[in-house]
Amino acid sequence: MKVAIASGKGGTGKTTLATNLAMYMAGTEPVVLADLDVEEPNSGLFLKGELYHREPKYKMIPGWQEETCSLNGDCQTVCNFNAILKMGNHVMVFPELCHGCYACSELCPTASLPMQAKQMGELKHIKTDNLDFVESRLMISEEQAVPLIHQTIDYVDEKFPAAMVKIFDSPPGTSCPVIEATRGADLVILVTEPTPFGLHDLKLAVETVRQLGKEFVVVLNRHGIGDDQVERYCEAENILLAARIPNSRHIAETCAAGKLLYQDIPEVAAAMDAIARLIRSRNGGGHS
Amino acid sequence: MKLIFTTQGTDWESSMDPRFGRTQFFFVYDEESEEIQTHDNTTIENEAHGAGPKTAQKLSGFGAQVLITGNGPGRNAATVLQTTGTKIYVGAGDMTVQEAYNAYKNGNLTKFGEV
Amino acid sequence: MKEIVVISGKGGTGKTSLTASFAVLGGQNLVVADCDVDAADMHLLLEPDFAHGEDFFSGELAVIDQAKCSACGQCEDVCRFDAIDMIEGCYSVDEIGCEGCGYCARVCPDEAITNVKQNVGQWYRSAIRTGTTMIHAQLKVGADNSGKLVAKVKKMATEVAGNEGKYWILVDGSPGVGCPVISSLSGASLAVLVTEPTVSGLHDLRRVHQLVKMFRIKSGCVINKADLNSDVRRDLHRFLKEEGIPVLAEIPYNEQFTAAVTNGKTIVEWDADLEQLVRGCWEKVTQLADDR
Repeated sequence: MKVAIASGKGGTGKTTLATNLAMYMAGTEPVVLADLDVEEPNSGLFLKGELYHREPKYKMIPGWQEETCSLNGDCQTVCNFNAILKMGNHVMVFPELCHGCYACSELCPTASLPMQAKQMGELKHIKTDNLDFVESRLMISEEQAVPLIHQTIDYVDEKFPAAMVKIFDSPPGTSCPVIEATRGADLVILVTEPTPFGLHDLKLAVETVRQLGKEFVVVLNRHGIGDDQVERYCEAENILLAARIPNSRHIAETCAAGKLLYQDIPEVAAAMDAIARLIRSRNGGGHS
Repeated sequence: MKLIFTTQGTDWESSMDPRFGRTQFFFVYDEESEEIQTHDNTTIENEAHGAGPKTAQKLSGFGAQVLITGNGPGRNAATVLQTTGTKIYVGAGDMTVQEAYNAYKNGNLTKFGEV
Repeated sequence: MKEIVVISGKGGTGKTSLTASFAVLGGQNLVVADCDVDAADMHLLLEPDFAHGEDFFSGELAVIDQAKCSACGQCEDVCRFDAIDMIEGCYSVDEIGCEGCGYCARVCPDEAITNVKQNVGQWYRSAIRTGTTMIHAQLKVGADNSGKLVAKVKKMATEVAGNEGKYWILVDGSPGVGCPVISSLSGASLAVLVTEPTVSGLHDLRRVHQLVKMFRIKSGCVINKADLNSDVRRDLHRFLKEEGIPVLAEIPYNEQFTAAVTNGKTIVEWDADLEQLVRGCWEKVTQLADDR
């Protein structure tokens, strides 16, 4: 059972929700939390555990074999991403631009561009209490989040049974990385705040999940500030508002320090409980 | 010496373009023959990715020994320029082409570091 | 002409609110470029008139012409992105999965595949309520957010600034550390890094600063919600000092920030204390960008 936590706008509280929800649910059943915001993975800042496993993550890019190359320049012609250039009698590959389509490699008449593994990031698997936490981090020079998100989801699919609750902390926005992170989700939770930015970006996020045909609910964070437009929008659109987390300076301060909320703040625990029950009901009546 | 400038226009009074990869024009000046060539680079706009190396490739076609620009090329473009042995000078981003040339001749521009 | 780019690694630090305030303070002297194209928000505060808009194209999608297709399956064989499948007897391309690499079109023996340019959004040139021009854009959902649309927005802003004799280009940059931010930053005279004294904020600031350093762009830092956590604030100051980044302002946690936005106003139009703070900050920003 995969639950993706997403939002149009950044900074609405996805990671806060993902980490608190995962740890809360881990109190009664084994849970996986995966941080798919690979450009800026933050969930780990709130969790303490033992490093169980780490592995570099690779993407395949062509490597130039000078000895066999006939310098015909086909590679540059077939690449749609400007990732390979023929400069005089050198062929240069730009790994960050390469999408790994293999066209240059497979269409090269002299087989002078064998595909090779290049590290683009790292995956870490950390265990704490009842929780398995998987985080992937993109190396700073890398521009493409999607391949790493894809491989991280593959890792989770391989290591854990399908029925286990898996929470995916997704990147913000509505572009490719979010699509990749939410594609396989059984349920999407959209986190927003009751402000004009929050409403505007929620609408974009709703459009995105509707296009993907995903079941989704909304969680309203920082409730009490701003106005009621988000609530009215959800009502008008028949979107379930699964929980409200109140706005409080105390909550902001606790998060600032990298601490979880649900143990000390009853409203947050209540919100986590409501969401957990929703997830279990979608997961065939739940299990433990 | 043949010099190439990243510019926003096609004459000595034009502003320099501080960018490399998506520079609007090249202004090429041959000191010996005093010939000027310009090249419109604006089609680079169509490239979603890889503008830097592509522009560097185009530039190499002019056979200039020196590149004068603003912020400097990004890493990929710099690697391409290295293969041509082009010397790169930066810091001319908010000058006119004429001012940039004078600054270069007076040694007032910074040499771009090795990649 | 000078370019000020406002970025933050992490979302929710107040970047857009702050940039909109700078726009109000700068008034007629600047052109605004909203480069936060994936979920753009500045327009909610500046009331653009969307006077001129154009479609924007980026990337391609493969389309299979069923009339020509002999169902040999070579396209499916070469596709590395699992984007081609046999569905109800026909090979078809999954639009979401297709990366636009063009490989399938090259190998198709029936020439049944074409690469179609994708309309991924719109960009606009608008007059805004401060009396100047804003260039902004909206990427369609699910689109590939490359640096291209950002570059377009910046280019248009630079053109307008040139034509109208404006000194400043004020850019609301993209979040994260990928292509769109890099494109937002290129050509910047100054990067204004907006952060907050939280563990997430500091973590993301370090990452985005690496980018700024790589491009040798001068930077300054605005610490928002500055009194939220004194320990992290201390760590933050230490980091800034180590890296030689001047602090341009420290804004205390203030719920008027949100109240202003909720009422469609920038913070400098809403609260006198915030106005004074932000005005001082803007002065420092312009001084630093101008090397004064």
